[in-house]
Amino acid sequence: MTTSEKYVTAAYLVVLAVVLLYVVIYSFKMARLSQEIAELAELARARADRNPEREPEQAPVA
Amino acid sequence: MSLRNRSGPALAVCAFALLLGGIALVFWWAPTDADQGFSQKIFYIHVPVALTAYACFAWGAWKALRLLWTGNERHDLESYTAIHMGTIFGVLTLVTGAIWARISWGVWWSWGERQLVVFLILFLFYSAYFMLRYSIDPGPRRARTSAVYALFGVVLIPISFLAIRILGTLLHPAVFTRDGVGMTGSMFVTFLVVLAGMLCLGFALYHTELAGKRLDARLRELRRALA
Repeated sequence: MTTSEKYVTAAYLVVLAVVLLYVVIYSFKMARLSQEIAELAELARARADRNPEREPEQAPVA
Repeated sequence: MSLRNRSGPALAVCAFALLLGGIALVFWWAPTDADQGFSQKIFYIHVPVALTAYACFAWGAWKALRLLWTGNERHDLESYTAIHMGTIFGVLTLVTGAIWARISWGVWWSWGERQLVVFLILFLFYSAYFMLRYSIDPGPRRARTSAVYALFGVVLIPISFLAIRILGTLLHPAVFTRDGVGMTGSMFVTFLVVLAGMLCLGFALYHTELAGKRLDARLRELRRALA
């Protein structure tokens, strides 16, 4: 591999590495958000169990 | 405000196809430059990355203007996300540019090159945006201050782009001039394919990041409501 080829490969790999790093960071963020949703669902369920006489509210359709 | 990210997946598929095709064209179709040799292939990644950074900063400024014009705070998050993406592409521009400079000029950086210095100022200006934003408590004041700052920065984009055309240059090449495009047809087509792919990638990341930030904000609201 010539010096030019090494530098060109490095430039393209840097871009690929940054995009992959972004995907990895984003997957951690998604895992955190999923965890938060699970915690909030648990909290809502516990609250519903404490007030069983109350009618469940209709969930808004997105 | 919808949490659905409709454009993100379609843009991501377009970005993947165009970048894969574009890189194949770079290495198997576009001719090797007679002057710079094989190292000129960096042009096909460096310039589209730089133009995507400019596009993200300009989009951030446009959303900032919309915020100031309409007062709708949803534009604040859009402006912030676009500048966030512009900064990532700005880092890539500086890194790929430094690699190209090292092989072409023998140095990683040249302070005598006006376009390089103006781009660095633009990048540092938008990096400071985050310091300003997080030094103010969330709310309308932060949104307005960030929007005004984002609008000031956009002035640097045409200066950066036109620097080498107006002021002249010692080392940095100017491919797009008033006389036309300084490359062959196959080189230009290859460049356009990679540029389209990079713009799709930039906006796919923008939509994905924006959807994540909106979801985060909604979850914070829900947690407050349930507390």
